[in-house]
Amino acid sequence: MKVWILHHRDALLLALRRLMAMPLNLVLSLLAIGIALALPAGGQMLLANALRLAGDTTPTPQISLFLSLNADQKTVHDIDDQLRNHPGIKSVRFISRDETLARMKKNEGLNDVIEALPRNPFPDAFVVRPENEGPEAMEQLASELGKLPKVEHAQLDSEWVRRLDALLNLARTGVALLALLLGVGLVAITFNTIRLQVLTGRAEIEVSRLLGATDGFIRRPFQYFGLIQGLLGGLVAWLIVAGVTLWLRSPVDAMAHTYGVAFTLTPLGGVDSALLVLAAATLGWLGASLSLRQHLFRQG
Amino acid sequence: MIRFDHVSKRYPPGINALIDVGFEAGKGELLVIGGHSGAGKSTLLKMIAAIERPTGGAVLVNGQNIGGLKRSAVPYLRRNLGLVFQDQKLLFDRNVFDNTMLPLAIAGFPPAEAKKRVHAALDKVGLLARDKAMPIMLSGGEQQRLAIARAVVGRPNILLADEPTAHLDDVTARDVARIFLDFHQVGVTVLIATYDASLFPAARCLTLDHGKLQ
Repeated sequence: MKVWILHHRDALLLALRRLMAMPLNLVLSLLAIGIALALPAGGQMLLANALRLAGDTTPTPQISLFLSLNADQKTVHDIDDQLRNHPGIKSVRFISRDETLARMKKNEGLNDVIEALPRNPFPDAFVVRPENEGPEAMEQLASELGKLPKVEHAQLDSEWVRRLDALLNLARTGVALLALLLGVGLVAITFNTIRLQVLTGRAEIEVSRLLGATDGFIRRPFQYFGLIQGLLGGLVAWLIVAGVTLWLRSPVDAMAHTYGVAFTLTPLGGVDSALLVLAAATLGWLGASLSLRQHLFRQG
Repeated sequence: MIRFDHVSKRYPPGINALIDVGFEAGKGELLVIGGHSGAGKSTLLKMIAAIERPTGGAVLVNGQNIGGLKRSAVPYLRRNLGLVFQDQKLLFDRNVFDNTMLPLAIAGFPPAEAKKRVHAALDKVGLLARDKAMPIMLSGGEQQRLAIARAVVGRPNILLADEPTAHLDDVTARDVARIFLDFHQVGVTVLIATYDASLFPAARCLTLDHGKLQ
């Protein structure tokens, strides 16, 4: 047990010495790994923000019914009764045309336009929440309600949510694909670094073997090397993403403000950050192990 | 301690390095293997350390059949042997102390104990004052003594040396031979392959000729 700890400590120290022995190589490798990993990590950061934004603004699935402008009080009452007694409907909210007009007038830009109009352009409307929120059931309900007398238009408010969902799914797949490709890239970078190390360290490896070194003893410093290089590369990627987040924050704030949304770009979350660094370290270790199998243990 | 039983070694294109070699070296014995260059002396020593495997017969060290050792068991065999190579195989990127330390680091010795042993081994070969020197700064005789220090630092009970006095002038060669005699005297089994057996007058001598024992 004690010997095991000693061996690992020595291997770790040796790996660190080898890393520090060629600082330029180290910096270049870390930049290559960092930038490669910053792409999927940055994508994940943007995606997480987009999801948060979508989550904030996604309304509950609902159907809006717009009545024709000439619908009278009685028709409105009839429809209201029908909707309230409909078994497929959970709740109904009536929004009168006067209410809508008042709300729209509060909007700075629209006020002048509305003032200029000869009469209220807005129709009476019902906002319906269905019992069954599945997309097909909602579509069916919408087309049924659209056939009620004096209902001019039934609009499914969930339609754009579904499109947004599909878009975010696409983005998620893109980030995963990017992570996979650049993960393979990281393995390749480590593979090559270790290959060069094995070639330059041939004498030491040979002598160590002759003096009774086990395969593990020879492998360990290289594996630590790959692991530490991956870990540091992951940290560089994290720093790049954090820097980009800070840089983009004020322009994004400004843009969100013009849309009347309070939205601040947040950096990578704790879980995502830990995952990034952990994955980078694991891939570094994997690249080193593959390289060792290829270049160290193929011959007898 | 070491037994060769009808041992042959044939290299692929049909070159016979050793043919039906049989001998035994007892515990604490000093054995010199003589013969012309290319007679198979190095091959014989390499078989004891499982660097080469016999193509016929059996090599036994402490009763263990070396030819049948698993790859994973070889390191533990080598830790019980002291090896002095013909080309020394010193590491030129580290100093005398660290070269001598290598076998102990491999075996996982506690650092404090290892340090004491390294100093003792370097003292034994007369290099203690030069422990911070790089191997490139050492003379031929000093490099050979460093190779011996590295071989004995793990206190093996078998010491194998391949041409340890080659390329050394007479005085230095006698110095180096003296060190091997000292180890023999404290009970270490010593096998030395050399073209110049006269340096070890007290030793039993085997002579190889084109792979055969005379």
